Amino acid sequence: MTERVEGTAIRCRGLAIGYGAMPVLDSVDLDVPQGGFLTILGPSGCGKSTLLRVVADLLAPLAGEIAVLGGPPEAARARRDIGFVFQDPTLLPWRSVRANIELPLQVGRGRAARPNGLATDDLLALLGLGGLAERMPDQLSGGQRQRVAIARALLSRPRILLMDEPFGALDEITRDRLNDELLALWRRTGTTVVFVTHSIAEAVYLGQQVLVLAAHPGRVLEIVDLRPLKDAEGRCDRDAPEVTAVAAHLRRLLAAGSGGAA
Amino acid sequence: MTRPSDILWPALGALSILLVWQFVVPALGVPAFIVPTPAAVFGKLWTDRALLLANAWPTALEAVLGFLLGNAVAVLLAVLFSYSRPVRAAYFPIVLFLNTIPVLALAPIFILMFGLGLLPKIVIAAVICFFPTLIAMVRGLTLATPNEHELMRVLSASGWETFWRLRAPRSLPMLFTALRIAATGSVIGAIVGEWIGSNAGLGALIIQATFNYQADRLFAAVFIAAAMGLLAFGAVVLAERLGFRRWVR
Repeated sequence: MTERVEGTAIRCRGLAIGYGAMPVLDSVDLDVPQGGFLTILGPSGCGKSTLLRVVADLLAPLAGEIAVLGGPPEAARARRDIGFVFQDPTLLPWRSVRANIELPLQVGRGRAARPNGLATDDLLALLGLGGLAERMPDQLSGGQRQRVAIARALLSRPRILLMDEPFGALDEITRDRLNDELLALWRRTGTTVVFVTHSIAEAVYLGQQVLVLAAHPGRVLEIVDLRPLKDAEGRCDRDAPEVTAVAAHLRRLLAAGSGGAA
Repeated sequence: MTRPSDILWPALGALSILLVWQFVVPALGVPAFIVPTPAAVFGKLWTDRALLLANAWPTALEAVLGFLLGNAVAVLLAVLFSYSRPVRAAYFPIVLFLNTIPVLALAPIFILMFGLGLLPKIVIAAVICFFPTLIAMVRGLTLATPNEHELMRVLSASGWETFWRLRAPRSLPMLFTALRIAATGSVIGAIVGEWIGSNAGLGALIIQATFNYQADRLFAAVFIAAAMGLLAFGAVVLAERLGFRRWVR
């Protein structure tokens, strides 16, 4: 074990995960550098959300090792180093936008202090929610609700942001815009992002690397380095030939991984 | 939005029934000592107002105290059930079984246990309020979604915080639905208790007026009882609108 733990946000070795005794996903070896942006791509049932839940200490692994910021996931969660964004924004409907974003201050260790936390007003501005602070969730659009969920996840300035298909329920135009905003946020905050999606285009556009999974049985097909495609800001031209070529490669990989059954 | 016609049509409906009652029922030969006319009932409401008010007071007191007692016990028990699977598994089915016993059958037992004062009436009103609230709260406290629980866990919220910030507010719509039912139920419970053994209260007045063929007084007492139930219902709705609007929608 000569690998440096420092500089690694998430490290998995021989990780097996699942509910009950049968693993959904087996033998995961993975390193996500601090400040990296990993996208996880795969069909339903491949265990991509389950993997995210193991990183967030919402679920214990069945076997293997996982280190988050050099320690057990539980410690990272307890330190508020992990922010989580669900596919469903999971806003509490009786709370205003501001009160939803500030929920982390009222529970857990957030009640005591706010070490290096962001100010709610800065977050509102950062996510383009200025003027909506006193709205209730049912007065927002789907995109706005997900922005509030992201703001809430960022409030404690987590070092790792885990996102479980956060834009899956949004229309394509809103999704593209939020993808760009997320990249800008990632560059600005230096947060490590792990982003689960079933969209090939989204996985290629956002990620510095993409973990490609297959289902039945769940397994890692490939980890593709996307950095050669990206500029200094982490962006790329969605329609550039080298980008579409990688997307085509991923598409073939997923089709082969499903054994042609789909 | 309530439109004027939403109020106009029911008002016209009520008026038509009152007119038929006032003019057609006596014309059919129904004697006034069995069914008095609305005008006679309203007249009695005025002339008997001191007697009615004196008897409305204990009934209202029993209903309010029964409402508070029954709902408080129901909510506490629901919280206990929601936190202890064994307790819930052992006792919830029994509670559901007890719910099938008619309250009218229980009333004499409570009179036997607690005598003829206010207490048995309060207990009967409480029992009527208890079941709907318990069942609604046991369900209401499970309404928080798995994602919401995961959110609280990511934030390292304690069990207590998860209860106050998530499970309790999530249960409020169910609670208020039950409280509306309990509001009218508490008045029914108080009156039922008074039927069995009491010389004060609307229930006692109803029994006395029946035995004495004072139909106008009987109808006036029933009118007051109905108004009391409506008032209790309105009070719950008002509390919901004024204090809990953001939770109950």
